[in-house]
Amino acid sequence: MHFAIPVLSLTIWLPIIGGLAVLASGDKAPNISRWVALSFSVLAFLVSLLLWTGFDASTAQMQFVERAPWIPSFNAWYHLGVDGISMPLIILTTFITILVLISGWEVISYKPSQYMAAFLIMEGVMVGVFSALDAILFYVFWEAMLIPMFIIIGVWGGPKRVYATIKFFLYTFFGSVFMLVALIYMYFKSGSYSILDFQALPLSLTEQIWIFLAFLAAFAVKVPMWPVHTWLPDAHVEAPTGGSVILAAIMLKIGGYGFLRFSLPITPDASATLDWLVIAMSLIAVVYIGFVALVQQDMKKLIAYSSIAHMGFVTLGFFIAFSIFARAGATGGVVMGMEGGMVQMVSHGFVSAAMFLCVGVLYDRLHSREISTYGGVIHTMPVFGALMVFFAMANAGLPGTSGFVGEFMVILASFQADFWYAFLAATTLILGAAYTLWMVKRVVYGPVTSEKVAGLQDANGRELLVLGILAVAVLALGLWPAPLVEVMDASIQNLVQHLAVSKLAVAPAAVAVLP
Amino acid sequence: MTFDYAHLIPVVPEIAVLVLASTLLLVDLWLKDREKGINHVIAVLGLLIVIGLTGLVGGGEREIVLGGTYVRDPMSDLLKIAILLISLLTFVYSRDYLRDRQMMVGEFYVLTLFAVLGMMVMVSANSFLTLYLGLELLALSLYTLVAFDRDSPTGAEAAMKYFVLGALGSGLLLYGLSMLYGATGSLELGAVAGAVALQGATNQVLVFGLVFVVIGIGFKFGAVPFHMWVPDTYQGAPNPVVLFLGSAPKIAAFALAFRLLVDGLGALHAEWQGMLIILAVISMAVGNIVAIAQTNIKRMLAYSTISHVGFIFLGLIGGNAEAYSAAMFYAIVYALMAAGGFGLLVMMSREGFEVERLEDLKGLNERDSWQAAMMALIMFSMAGVPPTVGFMAKLLVLEAVISVGLWWLALVAVFFSIIGAFYYLRVIKIMYFDKPEIIEPLVLGTGARLASSINGLAILFLGLFPAILLAYCQAAFV
Repeated sequence: MHFAIPVLSLTIWLPIIGGLAVLASGDKAPNISRWVALSFSVLAFLVSLLLWTGFDASTAQMQFVERAPWIPSFNAWYHLGVDGISMPLIILTTFITILVLISGWEVISYKPSQYMAAFLIMEGVMVGVFSALDAILFYVFWEAMLIPMFIIIGVWGGPKRVYATIKFFLYTFFGSVFMLVALIYMYFKSGSYSILDFQALPLSLTEQIWIFLAFLAAFAVKVPMWPVHTWLPDAHVEAPTGGSVILAAIMLKIGGYGFLRFSLPITPDASATLDWLVIAMSLIAVVYIGFVALVQQDMKKLIAYSSIAHMGFVTLGFFIAFSIFARAGATGGVVMGMEGGMVQMVSHGFVSAAMFLCVGVLYDRLHSREISTYGGVIHTMPVFGALMVFFAMANAGLPGTSGFVGEFMVILASFQADFWYAFLAATTLILGAAYTLWMVKRVVYGPVTSEKVAGLQDANGRELLVLGILAVAVLALGLWPAPLVEVMDASIQNLVQHLAVSKLAVAPAAVAVLP
Repeated sequence: MTFDYAHLIPVVPEIAVLVLASTLLLVDLWLKDREKGINHVIAVLGLLIVIGLTGLVGGGEREIVLGGTYVRDPMSDLLKIAILLISLLTFVYSRDYLRDRQMMVGEFYVLTLFAVLGMMVMVSANSFLTLYLGLELLALSLYTLVAFDRDSPTGAEAAMKYFVLGALGSGLLLYGLSMLYGATGSLELGAVAGAVALQGATNQVLVFGLVFVVIGIGFKFGAVPFHMWVPDTYQGAPNPVVLFLGSAPKIAAFALAFRLLVDGLGALHAEWQGMLIILAVISMAVGNIVAIAQTNIKRMLAYSTISHVGFIFLGLIGGNAEAYSAAMFYAIVYALMAAGGFGLLVMMSREGFEVERLEDLKGLNERDSWQAAMMALIMFSMAGVPPTVGFMAKLLVLEAVISVGLWWLALVAVFFSIIGAFYYLRVIKIMYFDKPEIIEPLVLGTGARLASSINGLAILFLGLFPAILLAYCQAAFV
């Protein structure tokens, strides 16, 4: 499909230019900065909607492709394009950014223009990550994303923000530099930095395993998977509400996206060999982190751990593919697992964003995230209380909400792989309900515990607007996930077929032809 | 041998710098104390003219003139322009500092310009003698500059240390060169290269000479274990001198290493490759790890220099045109980053107040958010985070190393750059996350403000469009 305007470039650069403009305007007129920032983010969202309306769901080809020479001497291109995997994530990014900007409207009084600018620049960079088809371009966006986040956590975060933000930066930096070495290695193998060329590149099993491990280091930290998840609770707790939302809703998805775009298609045989490792890490995340979440006293920490557990589902859905191939030989379950993982990513984008925003609403009033500070919130904030209960249900995977769809698809698919995978994964239905609902019970229900809670004002129009939009999204995706699944279906089918063919088979087959 | 005046054309930039320095020396005699600002104007305008001249006489095929002692090739053109631009930045950054301290005397400019001349001679040297001549002209000017604030005991100590160790390094280098001369019978790099290619590593004297040459280069670069002078000199010298000492001479040191190891001893690549690998690995290790423990930002940047030197060596190790252009790109980019970093320290120093502790940068974002943003760009660039040019430089070097199959070395390099990221992040943390002790906004001159903006934005711009500089670097090695 050819478009007259470069939609992807616009979606990337509009927010960045807007961010720089807001940054340059300074804090002399904070309200103007806020409105300018909001209009840029809305504009970027509207432009990104063109991706949805103009998308051809019947093909797995890259669409909206833009290609221009960038660094000719080593064949790096400014090469953008989307398929059914990246397109929904881009729209999720532009959508959530608007909500984040609104939610920080008057809450952020210290250097508001820098705050808004950081989120706008990050929005453009994250869209860049999802749409880059050149490995160097991808890596530049991937790392550049750290800079605004580092500043956001460090400047507007909580008391231990410095520790949290440096830990966040170094963890992610550590993971990604090894990926860089792998990318350069493949460049010398294939003579180009095109991700699509990498996917077609034949590699020996040893090479694949090393490359797979390098990718795993990068993506497992980002997702984050157990045992490299420890930066996440710190970063989430210390980040300002908006930062937590972007971290949970988008940044974690970038790790999952990396598995789909890099690990699985580039190193299918290594993925098949080492799938037990990822599955084990995912199941530990689901079960063990679920228990860890149960004992948290801090609401944000609890949601952070629940994010890790939910992302465990995503990676589980991606990597059970090989067990299903081996057992059933059919691709139906594989596709379901992967689509389940994708739906889970989008759904978690909505639900975790909503949960963090709920905590933000409470925090702005009482400046405490401790569960024990609250109790009986529903008596003083009835509308907000109802919304929070709704999002908690979605987080626990109640049917009818978006949280259910993805989890259910992944559990169904994992039954085809191994009963015990499914059994362990299904414990989340109990654990997830336990930690989320227990928290809600202690915070929202019960008698009013203190005078502070008794003096609470219900959510104002701005907060209700943000939470209301998210509630609609959660319900819509839960009741009618078909449009999302259809959009990604062709791409996922194509990926699964690609996975089913070993990259190693090429050489022995050629030998076999000889008489 | 007849003398042809046309042979002087390639040397016009050097002659112009000499004329400029001498003019300043004379003009300064007639200037009253309040007129010393004229020195600055002359130096800046003069450098601009020299940059123009270098561009005019540059370009085109490689020329060897003055009886084989002097070469002008695309590499020397690019490096000279880079050195001149960085020196120009130095002057602009330092203006207010020097004026406030009554240091805007002719000597500062004259010595700096002689150092520039020395670097230009090094860059264009085609014989051992010319090379050594340029090196000593640079070194002697720098020794004096380090002690420029003559009332400062730390400055004197730093100069003394620098002088003793620098002289030792020069001596070792000269000793090595004399062995090479003995083994090959020539001082001219082309002839040496021919003789070395014939003899190879079978000639013990040659290999022995090589060892001394590598040690000499290590001293001049400040590579571990020949780095002892670096932190002390950086700490003791006045800020503008550190700014100059820490930036442009790295480009000249690259030229020194390239002329000697590649132009002269290219046939011994296998021998010096091993030595440089060791120097590079321990430089990256010591530089990055020790920098973490520093509280003085000048010392911290000194150790950071050491670790970057390791990266420049990594490029040289590759041993092909791409690798050399990667190392050259890195050297130029490093000089640009160092100029920006030290430049900020110079700009922030006020009368009677030297910025040298990390705490002095506290809360810079609240005092001047633009300068803080520029410094943050520089720090991210030094840490190698995209989209800054520091990442592109590291990427090129890593590519060069992996292309010759040394992927383990690439892993070591990225490992140490993760460690290095920590102390660069700490600077950003101090600027952005800490509350300032002094709350009044920075008072900065327009020139300095402009220079730092150009410097910071160049780092971002070259990071987004590295092809512009890279094309020149690669053209130097075709």
